[in-house]
Amino acid sequence: MNIIEEGQNPLFMDPDPDKAREFFRKKPRAMTDKRMTEKEAVDKFIPDGCYLAIGGFGANRIPTAIIHEILRARRRNLGFLGHTSTHDFQLLCAGNCLKKVDVAYIIGLEARGLSPNARRVMESGEVEVCEWTNYALCVRLRAAAEGVSFGIARSMLGTDTLKMSGAKVIECPFTGKRFVALPAVWPDVAVIHVHESDIYGNCHIRGISVADLELARAAKRVIITAERLVDGYAIRINPTRTVIPFYLVDAVVEAPFGSYPGNMAYEYFSDEQHLALWLKAEKDPDQFQKFLDKYIYNVSSFEEYLELCGGIKKLKELRKLETLVDR
Amino acid sequence: MTSAYNKMEMMICTAARFLEDGTTVAVGTGAPCAAAMLAQKVNAPNLVIIFEAGGLAPLLPQMPISVGDSRTFFRGIMAAGMNEMMTTCCRGLVDYAFLGGAQIDKYGNINSTVIGDYYKPKVRFPGSGGANDFASFCWQTMIISVQNQTRFVEKVDFITSPGYLTGPDAREAAGLPAGSGPYKIITDLAVMGFHPESKEMMIESIHQGVELQEVLQNTGFKPIIPESVKTTPLPSDTELRILREDVDPGRFIIGRQ
Repeated sequence: MNIIEEGQNPLFMDPDPDKAREFFRKKPRAMTDKRMTEKEAVDKFIPDGCYLAIGGFGANRIPTAIIHEILRARRRNLGFLGHTSTHDFQLLCAGNCLKKVDVAYIIGLEARGLSPNARRVMESGEVEVCEWTNYALCVRLRAAAEGVSFGIARSMLGTDTLKMSGAKVIECPFTGKRFVALPAVWPDVAVIHVHESDIYGNCHIRGISVADLELARAAKRVIITAERLVDGYAIRINPTRTVIPFYLVDAVVEAPFGSYPGNMAYEYFSDEQHLALWLKAEKDPDQFQKFLDKYIYNVSSFEEYLELCGGIKKLKELRKLETLVDR
Repeated sequence: MTSAYNKMEMMICTAARFLEDGTTVAVGTGAPCAAAMLAQKVNAPNLVIIFEAGGLAPLLPQMPISVGDSRTFFRGIMAAGMNEMMTTCCRGLVDYAFLGGAQIDKYGNINSTVIGDYYKPKVRFPGSGGANDFASFCWQTMIISVQNQTRFVEKVDFITSPGYLTGPDAREAAGLPAGSGPYKIITDLAVMGFHPESKEMMIESIHQGVELQEVLQNTGFKPIIPESVKTTPLPSDTELRILREDVDPGRFIIGRQ
């Protein structure tokens, strides 16, 4: 095939669908109880050096409980798929967990501003980067979910984003027009926070799904954290609502308020005061280490972190702020 | 008589007026979000606001902080996903993209990735997010930005999102959809458009109290100056009240200076 132009950065993951199929061939399909703690899930499925992807968008429906555990486990050299990653990226930078990042959106916290520490980390040149866009990463996950080696789109054409990506520009065999070939990416592990799951990993998500349906189907292993565990009957009585079926899932972690300080649609709004504390603490590296000790390293569990941040009283306030609750 | 207003309020009120009722717009985070919400409450009640994370046509109760937070699908038509929203843009169903950016050049190319060397950057910014996608697929791209020599440059350090690239026909030659491209740049000093042939940035109107010289001094290249330069209409009391009371009571955006 005629390659018209190509990005100069390396692919961090192999886009061969047959290697992915070999993996999925051996993946267990039995409907078993997959409940475990955050710590067990990280120990078992997130080793040093693996390539990680996080569900949700921005600081919305993110699996904070697992990310804290990744920091406490002192994971290093992780690869990361950064599609509008905000507080999750800020956390992984704080823990010096990252070695290579597929970038669509990093460092920023949208309208809240940029993370000073994540900037320091990314401006050091020590983390390998490859540039993409949000839709390009979505197409890469979709291609993986479809079991093919690339997807096509018209993103990035004519720009430096393309030059610094790992994509290739190809000619359409039907129209002769140019398209961007985007390599499939099968992350080693995805962590997705959902509203409800049963003990087997059958999941409900309310509100927007972002790219999580593609992600759950692309990732080799999936850790689900759930606001609530529900009985299997709650799934079977309304199968229309199931968006992630159990055979994709390897671990189910019950994590109420698990997206805190992020937003969880229909449950609680983001804690803007706490997120502002992060941005402030990050300005001074010494102060930031103390901040991290207080909120993450000297804390034994996510529940303890929630207590430290104001506990039930604070969480009730955030429920009130969650404007989606119809009154 | 219009009450006192700051630069950000002027930009948002001006930007909101370019969003016509019954059109579709994909919005980025921050000021574009505020402009779309103001338009929905003042001049375009049937504006279909599209958020890349999956929110479609919400009745925004407050300005979203994130383009994926729960306000982006509050009483919406659909809570979908990124694939649904982006492919809608790909098929040519979305009229406007509304973006911010760190750096912009005379062809409307946007840099939100790096200043300096890519591999060891002087400043690293977030990257494209969905901006490159929107600027590639939506018919007309609008940008809200403060205007100064650092932001308005002859050539951006890095083209994150495509404007007219290197000039006439460059988008089509690169493979981008025919007939799409930058439309308006709304700044704290002026509204800029693009020359129909040369595709270079052109002054359309200058805000009240701003001199042409000030606009030129704050532009790192020579924009095209039309024979007669109009004055941008002032924000109305109604627009300012709704912006302050309903859109951004927390002053997340309008409090920025």
